[in-house]
Amino acid sequence: MAAPALPLASLEWRTSRRFWGVALLIVSAILFVALRNQWLLPHDDDAEFFKSLNGLRDWVDANRSSNLVFVLVVNTIRLSIAGLFDLLQGILIGLTWPGVTVLAGAIGLIFAGRRMAVVMVAGFLAFGLLGLWESSLDTLALTLGAVVLSLAMGIPLGILAGRSDRFQSVITPVLDVMQIMPTFAYLAPMALIFLIGPPAAIIATLIYAIPPAIRITALGIRGVSGTSVEAAVSLGSTRWQVLRKVQLPMAKRTIVLGVNQTIMMALSMVVITALIAAPGLGLDIVQALERVNVGVAFDAGLAIVIMAILLDRLATRASQRVDVRTRSGAAESTRQRRVVVLGAVGVTVVAVIVGQLVAGDGTFPDALRITFREPVNTATAWVEANLFGLTNALKNAVTGVLLNPLQTILTTSPWWLVGLVAVVAAFIVSGLRPAIVTAVCLLGLIGLQLWQHGMETLASVLVGTAITLLVGLTLGVLSARHDRFAAVLRPILDAAQTMPSFVYLLPAIALFSATRFTAIVAAVIYAAPPVIRLVEDGIRGVPATVVEAATAAGSTPRQLLWKVQLPMARRSLLLAANQGIVLVLAMVVVGGLVGAGALGYDVIAGFAQREDFGKGLAAGVSIVLLGVMLDRITQGAGGRPTGPGRPVAVVPPGTTIQAGVTGA
Amino acid sequence: MNGTTTPTVSVKGLWKIFGPAEHRLVGSADEALTSAELRQRHASTVAVRDVSFDVQPGEVFVVMGLSGSGKSTLIRCLTRLIEPTRGEILLDGEDIRKADAVRLRELRRRRFSMVFQHFGLLPHRRVIDNIAFGLEIRGDDKPTRYARAQEMLSLVGLEGHAGSYPDQLSGGMQQRVGLARALAVDPEVMFFDEPFSALDPLIRRDMQNEVLRLHHEVGKTMVFITHDLAEALKLGDHVVIMRDGLIVQAGRPEDLVGAPADDYVADFVRDVPKSHVLTLRWVMREARPDDQLDGPEFPPRTVIRTAVHAAAATDKPIRVVDDGRLLGVVDRAQILAAIAGLEDG
Ligand SMILES: Nc1ncnc2c1ncn2[C@@H]1O[C@H](COP(=O)(O)OP(=O)(O)O)[C@@H](O)[C@H]1O
Ligand SMILES: [Mg+2]
Repeated sequence: MAAPALPLASLEWRTSRRFWGVALLIVSAILFVALRNQWLLPHDDDAEFFKSLNGLRDWVDANRSSNLVFVLVVNTIRLSIAGLFDLLQGILIGLTWPGVTVLAGAIGLIFAGRRMAVVMVAGFLAFGLLGLWESSLDTLALTLGAVVLSLAMGIPLGILAGRSDRFQSVITPVLDVMQIMPTFAYLAPMALIFLIGPPAAIIATLIYAIPPAIRITALGIRGVSGTSVEAAVSLGSTRWQVLRKVQLPMAKRTIVLGVNQTIMMALSMVVITALIAAPGLGLDIVQALERVNVGVAFDAGLAIVIMAILLDRLATRASQRVDVRTRSGAAESTRQRRVVVLGAVGVTVVAVIVGQLVAGDGTFPDALRITFREPVNTATAWVEANLFGLTNALKNAVTGVLLNPLQTILTTSPWWLVGLVAVVAAFIVSGLRPAIVTAVCLLGLIGLQLWQHGMETLASVLVGTAITLLVGLTLGVLSARHDRFAAVLRPILDAAQTMPSFVYLLPAIALFSATRFTAIVAAVIYAAPPVIRLVEDGIRGVPATVVEAATAAGSTPRQLLWKVQLPMARRSLLLAANQGIVLVLAMVVVGGLVGAGALGYDVIAGFAQREDFGKGLAAGVSIVLLGVMLDRITQGAGGRPTGPGRPVAVVPPGTTIQAGVTGA
Repeated sequence: MNGTTTPTVSVKGLWKIFGPAEHRLVGSADEALTSAELRQRHASTVAVRDVSFDVQPGEVFVVMGLSGSGKSTLIRCLTRLIEPTRGEILLDGEDIRKADAVRLRELRRRRFSMVFQHFGLLPHRRVIDNIAFGLEIRGDDKPTRYARAQEMLSLVGLEGHAGSYPDQLSGGMQQRVGLARALAVDPEVMFFDEPFSALDPLIRRDMQNEVLRLHHEVGKTMVFITHDLAEALKLGDHVVIMRDGLIVQAGRPEDLVGAPADDYVADFVRDVPKSHVLTLRWVMREARPDDQLDGPEFPPRTVIRTAVHAAAATDKPIRVVDDGRLLGVVDRAQILAAIAGLEDG
């Protein structure tokens, strides 16, 4: 070979990484063939460990009213939150349905203008017409309660994190873990400590929804330019004055974004807390799914979608208004506003009085009903009858070609071989620390007696992630390259990202009935939108100058994509992979509701049957372990250089403001 | 200049209009409107307006103008990175506007190359892979392209940086990589769009010398865009000055300095030290019978500054001789006047 001697470092890490990757594959394949079906850790539903966890539950139950910690702390919290929920629920019921509907319209009018008022009224009427008035109000009350608490705690914490580096560095890892934790995981501990019902639901929602409130507030405070703060300090402002007169006003826009995201995440989670007996629309869905009545679930799903749209539009419009108003400093419109507010309050009061007189018990009149139950059930039946061949073929193809072989490999390999491959892979992809985390998480899985179920879930997650990335890359690349395509796709993605995750179960189960594959489909639908977005943003973010240079050199569109755009969008792509895998895991375990089995089902069973509590609790923890492991492995990959010495962009998961709702 | 060779690049009646009126405007009565009127009436910008010029083989052809005058648009029209609205662009007689996508790529891969103001390097590739990029996409095999890239690397004085990544290099070094990348494909014409505007003055001067040296060594035809008059005069064999998409003057550097076509050009050249640009041809006079015609002899293209020494050493006038023919003479008085920057020595 006439290859010239290049003054390059002997072996580049990128090449060597590929080498070690291939070596690992070969060695593990040989070991797998030689040692399969040995060193297995088969699942045992009645493991002693699960029973001891049941014992823990029994201890908690026995001591709930005698142990001081429980009496003073836990019960106080539980009772005050229950009080908050009862208060909100009571107010909503007391207002009666005409009162609530008109109040919603009034809020829309005051915060977002006339069109929003109409949308709000129409939306609330829809809750009633669907026959879901009470459920909707319950969901709303839970959401409001969780949002109020999240903001009351999150904004001050965010301000603190924005002003103190020390606090920021303490809270960031905590938030990281909170955000990758699949929601399913902490329902069980919440139920154990706070009993099932609204208080536990609100606290679980709080944990889920508070990170964006803290993160985005801190981001906003930190985003205030140093010069502004310096100027204020040089004028002799106290820290408090700097905060109130400079930082908060200037960060307002960002903080409002955080509020918006907190609301959407709270709604998404409140629906899921149906699993720990929280009332509302989520419970309607769960019960309908248990009876495999897609039509009934559809009505509730529709109500959730409507509520999501209302809350999202309201918050978005309101924040845009905040913007316009601060900028135009409209002094004379203040009086106009006052008139609008007074009028709105007046109309609401009238509506409440009318409501009290006409609809004495506050319920929506039964005479008015619209339901999609029959049409949806008919459609589902039609799909089953006519598309069965197609859907079944797809299901069998994915299950047979991807899922089953992978699951077989993971569950019939010696446990230490799987562990070894995972740890070495983590080391190759991301480095030492992720490798250690991986080892610890896998040992945890063994300790929790859930190795086999963990592997089954992992197989689903890997298949779901692969499909998600395939879909996300394809659509992301397409929309980065074709503006028209992007224009069509964008509103769909926007809508998809405001939907609470539970809703995605419905189309999946309508098409594929209850199987592991159904959960994978739901996970793909759920995780694809943010992945598509990240891919598109990454490719569009490639500087025009570089694209032009490559074009001028005579690149074909394909060369441009493979040699320039994709490599340069690497960081976004890795972030997309990371988000994709975390989201897929979250949804695959929720898929326990639609036949996914394994860890997700263990969690659900734990809520349903007393004797399965211990296994459910262990499964919840296992899911967290899997989540942490997958997150660390994929997150580290983004930290490797495109050129050495390049500063690593720190993008904690979930801070992508516009990437919308994350986790399930 | 002799008129017999085909120009390497020949541009005739080139227009580029941005905006909704792009294809309505040329040829209509409104094409004569000023930019402001066009923008108002048609929401369109005429970036290049009826531009024609020829670039001769082996020369450095400079396009100069203030920012917004349409230079970048013009140079991008030449390689069809921007699709021209109208006009003819010939490369060695071939009409580039008629090339289909495949032919155009072929031209870009083998006949043109371009150096950009913001370098346009690929940050995820090492220097050597950046330089080899053009060779890679046209399908040269690995040993060939690395050998060639290595050669280019030495040519621009970056030996030892093959394995670096672009962001580890200074701006000047990055642009050397850009230069090497453009040279690597051994193009017929190199296009430069303000390649040194983003660099510090000192480094800019180095890079200009580098281009002169490379031009000397590899003898490529170059089309060079700049907003810096000194750069234009230093590098250009021919210079055109653009304003609002129009060419307001074209000529050799000394033509511009010696006889600015209008106030716009005059404004540009006012502070140029004339003796550094003007040649003897510009200041010579007819020989008179009383002149002593045995003084030092120079060709007419000699820059005045170069003749100063000779003029100082004798009190006889300098003879300006082309091909053995006496064109005229230059007195010390005329040289001094040029150095002092006086009009019409
Ligand atoms: N893609 C474009 N769309 C619309 N107008 C453009 C575009 N590119 C350049 N222009 C306009 O054309 C004119 C010439 O721009 P340009 O060629 O970049 O000038 P220069 O390189 O001399 O600074 C400017 O008025 C600019 O605003
Ligand atoms: Mg320009």
